[in-house]
Amino acid sequence: MHDGNSSEADRGSVERAVPEEPTYVHGGTGPGPRTTQTTSTGVGDRRRGGRRREGGERAMVPREKPSSYYGRPVIKPPVWTWEIPTYFFTGGLGGASATFALAAGLTGNRTLARRSWLIAFGALAVSPLLLTSDLGKPMRFLNMLRVFKVTSPMSVGSWVLTLGATATAPAAASAFLGRDLPGARAARFIAGALGLPVATYTAVLVSNTAVPVWSEARWELPLSFAASAAASAGAAATLATPVELAAPARRLAIGGAVVESAMTELMDRRLGELGEPYREGASGRLAKAAKALTVVGAVAMASGARRSRPVVAAGAAALLAGSVCERWAVFKAGFASAEDPKYTVGPQRERAADRSAPDP
Amino acid sequence: MNGTVIETPSWPSTYGDEARPRVGFFTDTSVCIGCKACEVACKEWNEVPAESLGFEGSSYDNSGDLGANRWRHVAFIEQKVPVNGVTESAPDSWVEEAAKQQLVEHGLEPHDDDSGFRWLMSSDVCKHCTEAGCLDVCPTGSLFRTEFGTVVVQEDICNGCGYCVVACPFGVLDQRKDDGRVWKCTLCYDRIGDDMEPACAQACPTDSIQFGPLDELLDRAGKRATELKDRGHADARLYGADPDDGVGGFGAFFLLLDEPEVYGLPPDPVVPTRHLRRNWLAAGLAAAALAAGIAASFVGEGK
Repeated sequence: MHDGNSSEADRGSVERAVPEEPTYVHGGTGPGPRTTQTTSTGVGDRRRGGRRREGGERAMVPREKPSSYYGRPVIKPPVWTWEIPTYFFTGGLGGASATFALAAGLTGNRTLARRSWLIAFGALAVSPLLLTSDLGKPMRFLNMLRVFKVTSPMSVGSWVLTLGATATAPAAASAFLGRDLPGARAARFIAGALGLPVATYTAVLVSNTAVPVWSEARWELPLSFAASAAASAGAAATLATPVELAAPARRLAIGGAVVESAMTELMDRRLGELGEPYREGASGRLAKAAKALTVVGAVAMASGARRSRPVVAAGAAALLAGSVCERWAVFKAGFASAEDPKYTVGPQRERAADRSAPDP
Repeated sequence: MNGTVIETPSWPSTYGDEARPRVGFFTDTSVCIGCKACEVACKEWNEVPAESLGFEGSSYDNSGDLGANRWRHVAFIEQKVPVNGVTESAPDSWVEEAAKQQLVEHGLEPHDDDSGFRWLMSSDVCKHCTEAGCLDVCPTGSLFRTEFGTVVVQEDICNGCGYCVVACPFGVLDQRKDDGRVWKCTLCYDRIGDDMEPACAQACPTDSIQFGPLDELLDRAGKRATELKDRGHADARLYGADPDDGVGGFGAFFLLLDEPEVYGLPPDPVVPTRHLRRNWLAAGLAAAALAAGIAASFVGEGK
């Protein structure tokens, strides 16, 4: 053996990976990756003679902890940096603001529409810059547009963001100038429609991965992201618009905050143990901050409406901060989920056991 | 055993007459001696940058895992368990036992003595999945399926978005930090086109790494697994040879002597794209809910 003694921690991980006590027996069910720990007796008995009889007598206690290779992750953590969660926020804000601006214009609230178009454009203009900055080869960002693939949420997202941001530009310019540029009406409809996928596809971007805390939340994340986008768009429009004209923005913000809180709660419950990153560590603190800011913001906006502009403004600011924290919580949770092999191996082991249970 | 060719979503259909037989690796870990010749040969041939080699405290493993700069990785596992759960009781057949001892002496069997200690060694590599998550999510088309049915990154197109890194259920791909792009095993695309075997397979002194047409490898592997089981290795199992698994079967599969997670491999990998329809449906519903919410916030307003 080595003289370079491994530390206690290393030893621990080796032993965790390889339980010393014979608490289980691998029962191969034949060639192929599907093996189960529950088919105990067959293995020894089927063989000639009783040489491996002992195997059948071993206790069939399911492994308590999923084993691993020296505690190393099975999957790779993301290589994405701060630009990505920031973009989740700006993309959500911009997308929802575009749709909101379209609706405001259609109902004749011109001030609210104008301000919202400017917010939408600001958020959607900065988004591609953030995404490009995150690339390993930023100069090759246009390679995103050399193909269109439905199997790649990033490809779909690149297209809807590019088209959505492009369409928002004339809409925002018209809002700024106070008169419609040629094609502004069509641009508004296109931007308003594309705002919806822009605000929601990012959830699929993360759920369509091998990261357990993301992929197992595939039903909750999109609505959570959409609600977070609505809350931020409503809050931003509230801040930018006189109180008497901002009632729809307040309603959107409060509604978004309510749905977002409900969805994170639901996601937490459905994920169970997999959702630990939302309760522990950096991502846990961010999730708590997001929850608190969202609730406080919604209450402030609801109670301060029509009476106190500072209270409403503070509430809106809290909602925006809550939305930022929520995106960062989801982002950071992905790292924690990828870095601990128990989140990857545990559910897969259970799945394999469940599947092979019916056939003995 | 198998004999049939496992078709991928784009091979051979998109290649027509140019399609070549689907090739892959069969890594038989029962004869791996942990020499790391595969790691070295891979680095040499593919000019994969060196990385600091230190003692990691994980047996003789000093390279850790697969990544941008490690396209082959040899895992070392030390186990204090009797091989196959066989205890020290006398064997039923001394003839069989003697034959087994002979195999041990020839290095064809994992070390198995009365101390109840064994070493598992395994050379890991990109699985070249039938349904490849990395290829599915690549937004630039940089990752593609070759005429050999393998999965390769085109380095002149990759813009380093990093999506494939999180889409791979095996943690194979990673970004090269000073370069920004992702790199992984090409199954020596530049060699197999010239009818040469990949560098790792050529360097492997025990034929633990076998290269060839996938159907032949599957056939051979099935026989080998049966042979080992008949010899008493109840733990011997093929990993990645089942076309009905979560990635449609691997192009580079393994014969393992313990559960996959012991080697750092996922026990039931599923390509993320399997859930693509559900994921998009959920997003569609969320988008509709957002539209409804925005519309609802204007109820009572109007011109």
